[in-house]
Amino acid sequence: MNIPFTLPALGPIMPEMLLVCMAIILVAVDLLFPRKKELLSQLVVLTTIGLIVMLFKQTPAVTFGTMFIVDPYAIFFKIICLFGLLMTTLLSGQYLKIEKINQGEYYSLMLFSVVGMMTMISAGDLIVVYLGLELMALSIYCLVGLLKNDWRANEASLKYFLMGAFSSALLLFGISLLYGMTGTTDLAGIAQYCLEADILTNPALLTGFALVLSGFCFKVGAAPFHFWTPDIYHGAPTTITSFMSVAPKAAGFAVLGRFLIMAFPESQDQWGPIIAIIALLSMAVGNIIAISQQNVKRMLAYSSIAHAGYALLGLLTGTSDGYSATMSYLYIYAFMNMGAFAVVILLCTKGHRRESLTDYKGLAKSNPGAALLMLIFLFSLTGIPPTAGFIGKFYLLKAALAAGYTWTVILAVIFSAISAYFYLRLIRYMYMEEAPQQFVTHYSPGIIAALAISAIGVIGIGIFPGTLLNWAARSLIVF
Amino acid sequence: MISQLIFLYCALVIISTALLAVRFHNPVYSVLSVLVLFFHIAGLYLLLNAEFLAAIQIIVYAGGILILYLFVLFLVNLRQEIKSQRFVAHHRLSTVISIILGLSLLAIIPYFKLGAKGNYPVARIEQLTHTKAIGMEIYSTFILPFELAGLILLIAVIGGLVLARNDKTDPADDVSDSAAPTISEVQE
Repeated sequence: MNIPFTLPALGPIMPEMLLVCMAIILVAVDLLFPRKKELLSQLVVLTTIGLIVMLFKQTPAVTFGTMFIVDPYAIFFKIICLFGLLMTTLLSGQYLKIEKINQGEYYSLMLFSVVGMMTMISAGDLIVVYLGLELMALSIYCLVGLLKNDWRANEASLKYFLMGAFSSALLLFGISLLYGMTGTTDLAGIAQYCLEADILTNPALLTGFALVLSGFCFKVGAAPFHFWTPDIYHGAPTTITSFMSVAPKAAGFAVLGRFLIMAFPESQDQWGPIIAIIALLSMAVGNIIAISQQNVKRMLAYSSIAHAGYALLGLLTGTSDGYSATMSYLYIYAFMNMGAFAVVILLCTKGHRRESLTDYKGLAKSNPGAALLMLIFLFSLTGIPPTAGFIGKFYLLKAALAAGYTWTVILAVIFSAISAYFYLRLIRYMYMEEAPQQFVTHYSPGIIAALAISAIGVIGIGIFPGTLLNWAARSLIVF
Repeated sequence: MISQLIFLYCALVIISTALLAVRFHNPVYSVLSVLVLFFHIAGLYLLLNAEFLAAIQIIVYAGGILILYLFVLFLVNLRQEIKSQRFVAHHRLSTVISIILGLSLLAIIPYFKLGAKGNYPVARIEQLTHTKAIGMEIYSTFILPFELAGLILLIAVIGGLVLARNDKTDPADDVSDSAAPTISEVQE
C-alpha cells in the first residue's frame, strides 16, 4: 500500500533547524580544536546574531499541520530568547575560565535549550509544547550541574530535576484531561470543541486547565510554585542563572499567553482572577522574602519571582494592551536582569565569588564604573524613571487598571514600593559604606559588550520607549 | 463484561503496585513492584487493541529501563533507603493539602465526558492493524513531535557525558593518555 506523504514546509522551522545543526557542529568543533575555547563562543555569537536577523525577516506561516506556528508573537519571544543566549555567551568566556568549566558542550547545551524554547513558543499543539519544554528543561538541568565539585551546584541540579519532573507530571496530567475531554491537543481545536460542546464550565475540564496552568507557573517561577527558584539560582553557575532568569522565563510566558488566548479565550473572566491571585502572591513572596537575603544571587532570584508576578499582570487582562505590555516588559527585564548579572559576574574572581551583599560595600570607590552600572540596573529593576523598568511597569499597571483590576494594581504598587528597600540597600552599600578590601576587576571584551548593550538598552528604552512598544503591539496574536 | 473485569483487575493492580513502589523501604522491592505495574499497563494497552504499544511497553520499560534501575541499585549496593530530613518544614500542612487535592481529583470523575472521536475508531484500527496505523501517524502527522523526542534523547546522551565525565580540573588539555597508570602499576 502506498502511503501518501508530503513533506511539510520546512521554511518556517528553518531557524530552529539551523540552531540544532550549530549545536551539533559545536560538539564537533570542541572535539577537533580542544584548545580553542574562544572559537566556540565566537561561533555562538555569530549564529545568534544571524538568526536574530533571519527572524526579523520571517513571514508568518503555519506548518506541520497546525503544530508549528510562526507569527509575529512567536518571533518577538524567539528574539528575546536568542538575546538571552547572546548575552550569556558574551558573559561566559571570562566566567568559565574563573570557574574552570572546561566542557565545550556548555555552549551546545545552551543552544539545544534555546531550540526547545523556540519550539514551545511556536507550538500550536500541546504535544509540541510539552516536548519543547522538556528539551529546554533537560539541557538546563545539565547546565546547572556543571560545577561538579560544588555541593550547592549538585544540590541545585538535583532539586531542579526532581521538581521539574514533578511539574512536568502535573502538566501532562492536565494535558491528558484536556485531551480526554476534547479529543484534540490542538490549541485552537480545544477552544472550538469547548464552544461547540458547551463544556467551558465543566469541573473536569477546569481541573485539566488548572493543572496545565500550575505546570506553566512552575516554569516561569510564579508563587506558589516558586520554591525551586532561590536554591537553584544560587547554586547554578552565575552565567546559567542569568540565562535561566531571562530566556526560559520568556518562553514560559509565551506559551502561557498562547495557551490562555488560543485554547481558552472565552473563559477570561474565570482565569483572569486566578492569575491575579498568582501574580499578587508572587509579588508578595518575591519582594518580602528578598529583604532578608544576604546573597546577591538569592536576592535576584526572589526579585525574579516578583517580576514574574508583574509580567502576569499583563496576561491576566486577556486584552491586546495587556499582552503587549507583558511582551515589552519581558524584553526590558531581559536587558536589566542581564545587566545586573553581568556586574555580579564581573566582580567574580578566582577563589572569591563575591556574591554576598557585604562584598559590595564601598564598590563605588574601588570600581566606580561597575557601581554606576549596577546602580542603573537596580534603579530599573525597582522601576524608577527614566529607566526602562519604569516604562515596563507603567504600561503593565495601566493595562491591568484599564481591564478593571483596581485592587490588584494598588497592591502591585505597594509591593513594588517594598522592593525598593532591598534594591536600594545594595546601592547604599556600594555608595555609602567603606570598603573592607580593595580589588581590581578584569573587564574582558565580552563583559564590556554585555554591559554596554544592557546599559544602552535600559536607558535607551527608558527614554525612547516608542519603538519597543510599537513593535510589541504589532507582534500580537491576531485576536 | 469480561473486558471490564480485566480492566478492573489491571487498574487495581496498577494502583496497589504504584503505592507499594513508593512505600517499600527496600529499593529492590520497589523496582520489582514497578515491574509488575508495567506488565499490567501493557495489559491495559492490549484491552484497547494496541498490541504494538503493549509490546513496546514490555520491551522498553520492563526489559530496558527497569533492568537499568536494577543495575544501578546493584552498583551502589543500597540495601536500605537512605533516611534524610524532610525538605519541607510544614509536613502536616502539605499532607492536608495533598489530601484535599486528591479528593477534588476524585470528585471530578463523574463530570468527565469523553470528547470528540479521532480518525481511528476500533473498526479502522482492526482493518489497518495497530502497528501500521501508529507507524503511519508517527511518520506523517506527528513527525515534528517524533523528531523533537529524538532531540531530547540526544540531549540525554550529551548531558550524561558532560555530567559523568571525569574532569581533570587544572589545565585539562595537558593531560594526555600516557599519564594514565598502566595495568601493572594498578596491580601493584
